Amino acid sequence: MATFVEQSINGLTIGSFYALVALGYSMVYGVMKLINFAHGDLFALGSYLGYTLLIAGSSWVTMHFGLWGGMTIAMLFAFVGVGLAGLLMERVAYRPVYPTGRLPLVVSALGMSIFLENGIMAIWGSRPQAYPAAVVPSTRFSILGLPVTSLQIVILLLSFTLMLVIWFIVEKTTFGAAIRATALDRSTATLMGIDVRVVIFFIFALGPALGGIAGVMNGMYYRAISFNMGWAYGLKAFTATILGGIGNIPGAMIGGILLGLMESLFAGYVSGAWKDVFVFVILIAVLIWRPTGLLGEKTAEKV
Amino acid sequence: MATLLATKNLVVNYGAVQALKGIDIELGEHDIVTVLGANGAGKTTLLKSISRIQTIKSGSIEFKGKDLATVPAFQLAALGVSHVPEGRRIFATLTTEENLNLGAYGVRNLPAGKELQKTKEWIFSLFPILKERRKQLAGTLSGGEQQMLAIGRGLISKPSVLLLDEPSLGLAPIIVQEIFRVIRQIHEEEGVSILLVEQNARKALSVARYGYILELGKVAIEGEACNLKDDERVRAAYLGGSKVSC
Ligand SMILES: Nc1ncnc2c1ncn2[C@@H]1O[C@H](COP(=O)(O)OP(=O)(O)OP(=O)(O)O)[C@@H](O)[C@H]1O
Ligand SMILES: [Mg+2]
Repeated sequence: MATFVEQSINGLTIGSFYALVALGYSMVYGVMKLINFAHGDLFALGSYLGYTLLIAGSSWVTMHFGLWGGMTIAMLFAFVGVGLAGLLMERVAYRPVYPTGRLPLVVSALGMSIFLENGIMAIWGSRPQAYPAAVVPSTRFSILGLPVTSLQIVILLLSFTLMLVIWFIVEKTTFGAAIRATALDRSTATLMGIDVRVVIFFIFALGPALGGIAGVMNGMYYRAISFNMGWAYGLKAFTATILGGIGNIPGAMIGGILLGLMESLFAGYVSGAWKDVFVFVILIAVLIWRPTGLLGEKTAEKV
Repeated sequence: MATLLATKNLVVNYGAVQALKGIDIELGEHDIVTVLGANGAGKTTLLKSISRIQTIKSGSIEFKGKDLATVPAFQLAALGVSHVPEGRRIFATLTTEENLNLGAYGVRNLPAGKELQKTKEWIFSLFPILKERRKQLAGTLSGGEQQMLAIGRGLISKPSVLLLDEPSLGLAPIIVQEIFRVIRQIHEEEGVSILLVEQNARKALSVARYGYILELGKVAIEGEACNLKDDERVRAAYLGGSKVSC
């Protein structure tokens, strides 16, 4: 029972990283019909940006603003930094090849992924780095007998708030309707007076920026970060996206949380060493038996 | 009649294929003009060029004396040109109301408040069924309802020019009646100028003041709608040979 509770809380926590990254995946896919393979590396970039800010000047930020202040600033820094990186990526790697079709776009995305991974290695080195214990909030306590850390609570609260905000923007506002319209039919969206470039800008800034925040959370949670972590996270978030139904915003959130839970419970009860394999077995299974995901792409075609 | 919209020597290429080979058409203020022609004549291409979602090779498009060449497509709705595309193109997974609201997206003086509400009520008075279907996903509407939604979505920006691409396509006669009644009504009561592309030549010529007949990317015949109905060639090719009186 103790294992179950602990692994479930752990699963929810990592599930919320996956969900945030998956959300960005899904948003970009919805509008661009592009699987942005570099998305996981943007998440890694977020981890490193937060790390750099927090260790700078022997943790100057944490000393001046406290643990929570430092964490907030690091997340904002990663949010903005990775958002800008996303915009830049769209400009240099996707916009120029967009008119030539989908395959060049995919190749460009793979290229971006390799570029980012190696860029991170060139700047921060190939050896793993670690968020210093002194910058990570880690008070342990129990809620209703459940063992949790203050960091876990913040991660859960913040992730769910962010997801709710995104869901609200996309599903309930006029701009959100414009995003959905652009995803469905660009030229008709243009006829409505929607500036498609603005929508693409928004998507390519916000999607990666969410991944950036998740990167900082992840760094604080596991402490260790490495230049090639984006690859595994990218694939897991991709799995979460597929699980929930690609292009489906609530699906990405649910897929992420579910995947985190399954992975964590598998690690607790079966094998920690095989948990990544388990995740990819799930990916393959979903692709074979339910390629549209649990929620599927929303359709309203008359049969 | 003052000219509102005019194309001059409009040429459009799709790769090596020339879809429009120098088209001159004119639409006045408070006017209805129809563009007829066989499949593939270039009617849709003409409308897309006017609303700037199709790039043109050469020629010009003038709206209220202003050359549209430098205006980005998404700004046309704000200028007062609204295009109801061929095949309706409603956003299937959005609700009827979301589709309508998006029609006003580009129009700054129709903020989400009272003005939009008023215009929406007007649309609902033209097509009462849309009000009942407000919360329904647009993709689940019937074909006729979808066409009404497409027209309503085009009207909600209160355009001065409405480009309509085959609004009667695939609809039952009674719905076609309904659509044409509304076309007349918005023209007469609101003074909207309409450029109407149609396969239903008989109906189109009965509402239009003037008509152009496109053949292979060129204007083959043009004239007052009344005269076109009497034209031997038009009657043979587009009116099934029968005589239609003015
Ligand atoms: N995107 C495109 N790429 C290549 N050729 C095109 C494209 N769109 C249209 N065409 C060609 O241009 C010509 C004119 O097409 P257009 O759609 O304007 O005709 P239309 O008069 O609207 O026909 P219909 O009555 O069938 O709707 C056709 O020969 C068509 O095949
Ligand atoms: Mg056509």
